Amino acid sequence: MTLSDEIRESALIAWAALRANKLRSTLTTLGVVVGIVTVTLMGTAINGINTAFRQSISSMGADVLFVGRFPWMSFDDWRTYRNRPEITLSQARELERLLTSAIAVAPQVDGNGTVLYNRRRASGVWINGNTEQSLSIRGLSIATGRWFTASDIDSARPVCILGSYLAEGFFPHESPLGKRIRVNDSNYEVIGVIEPLGSFLGNWNQDNQVVIPITRFQADLQRRPDYTISVKAQSAADLPDLIEEVRSVMRRIRKVPPGAPDDFAINQQDVFIQFFLAFGGTIGLVGLFITGLSLLVGGIGIMNIMFVSVTERTKEIGIRKALGAKKRTILIQFLIEAASLTLGAGLLAIAITWPATLAIDHYTSFAARMSWWIVAIALLVSILTGIIAGFIPALRAARMNPVDALRAD
Amino acid sequence: MALIQIRNLARRYVMGSDTVHALRGVSLDIEKGEYVAIMGPSGSGKSTLMNLLGCLDSPSDGSYNLNGKDVARMSDNDLAEIRNREIGFVFQSFNLLPRSDALHNVELPLIYSGMPRSDRRLRARDALVQVGLADRLHHRPNELSGGQRQRVAVARALVNRPSIVLADEPTGNLDSRTGQEILNLFEHLSSQGNTIIVVTHEEEVAQHSHRILRIRDGLIAADEPTGRGSSSGSLTPPCPPVLTPKGP
Repeated sequence: MTLSDEIRESALIAWAALRANKLRSTLTTLGVVVGIVTVTLMGTAINGINTAFRQSISSMGADVLFVGRFPWMSFDDWRTYRNRPEITLSQARELERLLTSAIAVAPQVDGNGTVLYNRRRASGVWINGNTEQSLSIRGLSIATGRWFTASDIDSARPVCILGSYLAEGFFPHESPLGKRIRVNDSNYEVIGVIEPLGSFLGNWNQDNQVVIPITRFQADLQRRPDYTISVKAQSAADLPDLIEEVRSVMRRIRKVPPGAPDDFAINQQDVFIQFFLAFGGTIGLVGLFITGLSLLVGGIGIMNIMFVSVTERTKEIGIRKALGAKKRTILIQFLIEAASLTLGAGLLAIAITWPATLAIDHYTSFAARMSWWIVAIALLVSILTGIIAGFIPALRAARMNPVDALRAD
Repeated sequence: MALIQIRNLARRYVMGSDTVHALRGVSLDIEKGEYVAIMGPSGSGKSTLMNLLGCLDSPSDGSYNLNGKDVARMSDNDLAEIRNREIGFVFQSFNLLPRSDALHNVELPLIYSGMPRSDRRLRARDALVQVGLADRLHHRPNELSGGQRQRVAVARALVNRPSIVLADEPTGNLDSRTGQEILNLFEHLSSQGNTIIVVTHEEEVAQHSHRILRIRDGLIAADEPTGRGSSSGSLTPPCPPVLTPKGP
């Protein structure tokens, strides 16, 4: 008897057996359905978080270094960084002058402030001090108007560029270009609007921002701002070399004695990704564990019902063995029966999860995505659950002695 | 060499601290084409002998040669293959699969011997036609009478063209008229050259055979011909022509 014949025959037997016990089969699968729904939802959630994260992180640029006072991710004591001297605008200019392999260098600084226009007021606005080079480094696009020129920066002109959210809020029916707004206590002329950026990690609205010349930031917002210097490499592959160059130049500029540790940090997007991967991995493991537990419970239900099925059909097993069924044939028959049960559970689970995912995606801000590989994994896991849970009962059936089995009622 | 050659066959069962000697060393030859009845009171060992003859069980001692193959020491899987190819079972309680129709029940031995689907459909249909059930192919066992069920079982026993048909109390669950029909069917099969072994405790049933083996206390107590062997040809055929036997 060939394997494909065996599988087809077993599938027919399994189907007939399951159909003969509809209620029992359905109730038994419920445990596995819950398990598989958990797997699918967990996978969908992680998938959604990943997508949101990647969309957000890509706005930072993979080929940009951020030189600042503090490292972004650190588990050291905060006090080791607290006394580091600030990074100044002149240090940024010095770095720009000395670096040879960077294609753009731009200091930047940010803070919060209030924006006023014509009796409308927005507080908690993200205010960025940028230079003419920041446009490409930050990967922004201009929707209308223009970005800063070098002379805007050098002469500290009172001009600004609005995020799309602010632009729509303040100027719903007119062009913002040429209008005068107040940022904290100074007047600025709007010269451009940035293309919408979306939110960062789902809750920080990046379009609620105003960009002003960095040379005005110190005067209008903060007396001793802590600058970050963005350094753009030719490509992401050049980052390691660039990091070394930036480090040696920065040590020279900040007069760090040989042997002393850096008094600045060179950050890159990668750090975020690493942290996120570790974090996501932990969430994934916890999810896997919980999912595993619910599948275990479902699997035990399957094992139980398969024991019942084997015992009920002892006579049938005896007949089949008398007619020439080998151990393998009986084993496969019951494994396929168990796997059919759980595959049914898997399909049912997907039928539940899919619309649920669409609803979550539609009615909440969470981007839930159900991809084909989640479906594939769910089905695979459900079949595996059946095979594992059904193995011991199937083995018991396969090992039955035909004489005893035939004698059963 | 005889079709069945048994020498000093013994079977012991260990039950707790006791050892039960169900069969104490039986020697026996059965030739191809014989129609043999095995008789004995319950507990005599006749069921044990039948299980061993049918390769459902393995002996504790002794040798069993079936159709030239030593089956006494075979593995479970090899025995399954022997049962499939060499033996056709007919049971007292029919032992049909309740959820399958007559055709599928008869197909089962062919499925396990690996015959292609289309061939086995034809062969199973033929077998059912020849036991007179042409119009019952798609009936399930619970839609058939006792006699019809047993005829399905006979068709199933014959469909793989086995060396022996082994019947365990084949008329035990039938009324006397349908029982007689089955016995006539056996007689017809025998006249066509099939080897038939019937296990029974009914003298009447045994008298239809050509040779009676009487088992008592795990040994053969008597082995005698019934005198019907030569006269079988004169009986009127009980039903339409039955399966052609396996060629020599």
